[in-house]
Amino acid sequence: MADKAQTPEGHEDDGPTRRDFLDLSLATIVVGAAGTALFAWPIIDSMNPAADVLALATVEVDLSAIEVGQSITIKWRGKPVFIRRRTEAEIAEARADDAADLKDPQTDAERVQKPEWLVMVGVCTHLGCIPLGQKPSDPKGDYGGWFCPCHGSHYDLSGRIRLGPAPRNLPVPQYTFLDDSAIRIG
Amino acid sequence: MATRTEFKNPLVRWVDERLPVFTYMDHEYNRFPMPKNLNYLWSFGALASIVLVVMIVTGVMLAMQYTAHVDFAFESVERIMRDVNYGWLLRYLHMNGGSMFFIVVYIHVFRGLYYGSYKAPRELLWMLGVIILLLMMATAFMGYVLPWGQMSFWAATVITNLFSAIPWIGDAIVTWLWGGFAVDNPTLNRFYALHYLFPFLIFAVVGLHVVAVHITGSNNPTGVEVQSPRDTVTFHPYFTTKDSVGLGVFLIFFAAVVFFAPNMFGEPDNYIKADPLNTPPHIVPEWYFLPYYAILRAVPDNFIGSWIGFVLVDAKLAGVIAMFGSILVLLLVPWLDTSKVRSARYRPIYKWFFWILVVDCIVLGWVGANPPEGKFIAIGRLATAYYFAHFLILMPLLGKFERPLPLPASISEPVLKGAASQMEKA
Repeated sequence: MADKAQTPEGHEDDGPTRRDFLDLSLATIVVGAAGTALFAWPIIDSMNPAADVLALATVEVDLSAIEVGQSITIKWRGKPVFIRRRTEAEIAEARADDAADLKDPQTDAERVQKPEWLVMVGVCTHLGCIPLGQKPSDPKGDYGGWFCPCHGSHYDLSGRIRLGPAPRNLPVPQYTFLDDSAIRIG
Repeated sequence: MATRTEFKNPLVRWVDERLPVFTYMDHEYNRFPMPKNLNYLWSFGALASIVLVVMIVTGVMLAMQYTAHVDFAFESVERIMRDVNYGWLLRYLHMNGGSMFFIVVYIHVFRGLYYGSYKAPRELLWMLGVIILLLMMATAFMGYVLPWGQMSFWAATVITNLFSAIPWIGDAIVTWLWGGFAVDNPTLNRFYALHYLFPFLIFAVVGLHVVAVHITGSNNPTGVEVQSPRDTVTFHPYFTTKDSVGLGVFLIFFAAVVFFAPNMFGEPDNYIKADPLNTPPHIVPEWYFLPYYAILRAVPDNFIGSWIGFVLVDAKLAGVIAMFGSILVLLLVPWLDTSKVRSARYRPIYKWFFWILVVDCIVLGWVGANPPEGKFIAIGRLATAYYFAHFLILMPLLGKFERPLPLPASISEPVLKGAASQMEKA
């Protein structure tokens, strides 16, 4: 037993050694560091949307006043939502474009619940400007839908990106028809 | 601090023995040896630190009057302009102070590029400067949002949306930055908090920058290191007076802008209150961001994708990478420049490329101020390509192929030689 590790006092001891204490303090540092790191999450997460911001996440829209061919813009979660009651000709054109060379391929049918009603978030997927095209007098771009003035992105009558720097189609939010003339977005 | 200075005043001595601040000031700002051939371009570091103090003082005063809420921010700034005693002065000083800060710092940076001030042993000094520039840009951007005008709001929207280009987590990051689903009240609040914090971070890094320059000593127009006390003069009174002249000229310019053209650098649209449902037809950043804005928009659709053969990075992400890369490349300049000679005065070819770079940056700014249409697209792409080529291709190659002019043996030599040859003529 002469080779057995001895305490600095020179006598054998089966109890805790000073080395055990060092190991223990290393464990303390590891646990402490992990705890500190975990505390970072509440700090980071506090900057995420708060409960009251999330509580405003749905909005109900009455569609009865919208004529065929008319568009309205409503505000949902601080962003504009474009609601367009498309004419038969516009629906036909949007469907015809399903076969075109699309940057973000989606058929018109995938983007609407009822072909007459196109509902989408009116925020350009490039850098967040609001595309023009809601008013009759607005420029509508090369594809008859919407045109973003900031960096020149063109969207078609289904809100799909056709030309310009934007990478994706105008997003379709979650929405449900409450009845024939009202929807809830969010 | 090798030795403490002996002070006659007993109170000063009492303090200095316990906390040697007076010795520090004496060593670093009184007796500190400076190369004796510095020109006025070396005043811009001091000018920048003075502008920083002006910005902090006016900013603290404005903070006492400002309300960081989407319903009141715009009105509170108008109240500062109309009702608060000297509020117009404080705000115009602060608003134009931002532009002054960038003018001074850009000259300071180009000074460093011309005279090779980033070369060993001043690499860290230079890199700290780049970090200061990045912090300044973040601070200026967030400050511009606070008046909550149309340009404030849409600048915030466009710039925060840049982060959505990050693959997979981009959208979550943008929501986190906003604290909501669009730029809104939580965004304004946090930008205000950070706009107040960042200047103090800048102050701290400026402190490190100054410590670093006092370790290596200043570079000088010849780029030849100081070799003996004959090459130097003391900081005081030689450069305190020289910098004072520079400061006087600078303050005349600053005052002329504040009192006679306070909105010269601004956009009229920012006097329209922010409207989240209405994008202005032409969004432009402040002038000091125009070159980066041009770089952001310069990358063609699927540029890198078509290069490699498949779409790895879309145009949006590539543009964002190029924009941040245009600053981050500066961090590498000490190693990209392979020339042994510091000063462009003795680098006949680099000197020309330096001025072409200056022109290139001005062209980028001009492109950034215009809509991305027609000729501006092509010019913007060329100027962006040249910007990166300057640092990544020309700098490394020039050091290998350029034959520098003979360097003087010391800072004093050209002066003494000149005197000697004149004596001979006489």
